[in-house]
Amino acid sequence: MASKSIYRRRLINRIVQSAFLFASLVSTAALVVIFFTLTAESMSFFTNVSVIEFLTGTKWTVLFADKHFGILPLLNATLITSAIAVAFATPVGLAAAIYMSEYAGKRARNLIKPVVETLSGIPTVVYGYFALYFVTPQVLRGLIPDLGIHNALAVGLMIGVLILPIVASLSDDAMRSVPEDLRLAAYSLGARKYQVVLKVIVPAALSGIVASVILAFARAMGETMIAAIAGGFRPILSFDVREAMQTMPSYIAQVATGDAPHGTIEYQSLFAVGLFLLLITAALNFIGIRVVRRWEIRY
Amino acid sequence: MGDQVLKGEGDVSLKRAATRRKVLDGLVPVIASIGVFVAIAFLVSLLLYVVVTGAGRLTPTLITDYPSANPREAGMRSAILGSVFTVGLAGLICIPLSIATAVYLNEYAGNKWWSQVLRYNIANLAGVPSIVFGVVGLGFLVYGLGLGRSIIAGAFTLAILTLPYVTVVCVEALRAVPDDQRLGAYALGATTFEVVRYIVLPRAMPMMLTGGILGISRALGEAAPILVISGLLFIREDPTSLLSEFTVIPLQLYSWISRPQVAFQQLAAAGIIVLLAILLALNSLAIYLRQRFYRRLEAG
Repeated sequence: MASKSIYRRRLINRIVQSAFLFASLVSTAALVVIFFTLTAESMSFFTNVSVIEFLTGTKWTVLFADKHFGILPLLNATLITSAIAVAFATPVGLAAAIYMSEYAGKRARNLIKPVVETLSGIPTVVYGYFALYFVTPQVLRGLIPDLGIHNALAVGLMIGVLILPIVASLSDDAMRSVPEDLRLAAYSLGARKYQVVLKVIVPAALSGIVASVILAFARAMGETMIAAIAGGFRPILSFDVREAMQTMPSYIAQVATGDAPHGTIEYQSLFAVGLFLLLITAALNFIGIRVVRRWEIRY
Repeated sequence: MGDQVLKGEGDVSLKRAATRRKVLDGLVPVIASIGVFVAIAFLVSLLLYVVVTGAGRLTPTLITDYPSANPREAGMRSAILGSVFTVGLAGLICIPLSIATAVYLNEYAGNKWWSQVLRYNIANLAGVPSIVFGVVGLGFLVYGLGLGRSIIAGAFTLAILTLPYVTVVCVEALRAVPDDQRLGAYALGATTFEVVRYIVLPRAMPMMLTGGILGISRALGEAAPILVISGLLFIREDPTSLLSEFTVIPLQLYSWISRPQVAFQQLAAAGIIVLLAILLALNSLAIYLRQRFYRRLEAG
């Protein structure tokens, strides 16, 4: 090393720096490619279909002879299954987070947290399998006898399990980063532990908790395999969670499973639905990140 | 006199409130622990159900045979090889890129505005639903660049999909390397590259590999983007080149799951056991490397 001249060492440094800069631009380039590919193909889609029909139509029959292009049935199903998922994951995940950050000892926490996080590492086809062959027929049918084989409820619940670690883990981090002074101040006023937790820690960590729920919701909307396996391919505008419903990702999966030759309207519809899904989840992620930034200033 | 004052009605309600608080104080941790219990119960029941259903079908031929319309003869050989090729190549693309990105962000860029933009873009990339990666891979790689429904198109898609996750772990690994070691090297006249090459990377490498393995295990479980790129294929031959058509383990499972016969359910469960076993092995390796990372850091 010392034998090389300083000029040569600086040159190497410069070259490596440029190479690393180049590598770090890949993720940005990928975002650009994602946006332009989706937009370009969607443009061809929207030369055949009016944007108004797409956004307000209540029938989605792209794969049938009589074609209608209203996204509302798919959007509705996506929102319902994601809402069920969040309704399940928020209380359970928050309870788990409160336990992990405030009650569990260090050793118990180091044991529990990886186990909970394992839930988001399990491939989603496995959840789909579990929902279709165990949760629906052997658990939910016991509570709701007229439940369909494919139904939105089981899909929502399984997605809820999948996103539970997001809520639990991020809320746990948020609560653990609440300054110790707030805790001590509350204790010195004679508060009991549950009062400190529920009236000081949770409100102080609220920005992180809300953000975790928003991010989990965005993740739930994009989930494909659970919806494709356990939700059925039935694009119907319905609010009955006992029925089969097709979500946006599940529609994309269905087209991919069948045959949509390049250039057909079915092929183009993949991109229009993909773009719509991306815009919604990107908006949610944006809000989630803003919520954290805006509220965390207070502490 | 103080005692007398306390013997009014207020005494009773005060006592009641104190009792209520005491009960609640005992109750809240119990309720909170239910959350943990529910999560663990789901995990355990899922694993038990899969193992009980699939254990009987777990034979060596499941791994060595090609898929078949007869569930008793079907195996996942082509899917396993497809996964090895696709995910392996994705890892070879993703891990060096992630390490380079992380090194640039943490060692070279400092806090300049474009490094903020890069960080923000990485966070955004992590938020893109996986199925959207598949759709873009189909439009851009399969048709746009003319790669066809090939292993290489699938590998690139998975590489970009896992890039943000692996990068985040790599940045964490670099941050964990103590600053005094860097500063010491700089004080001796080292260039940034020399600091990275001789001081930072050797210490951060095990943790970065942990990130890489976690990325690989994520890519291994992804079915949605590959479904869009490869379609649901019935493949009875080994992949021969990077331009071969392919299928992967989760997709093979999906095609078995979507068949109604009980024999295919058992077959799917057995396949799930194989997939989960591979993931478990990868994760154990990741944990081992992480422990080595901390030991190496402590050693200096």
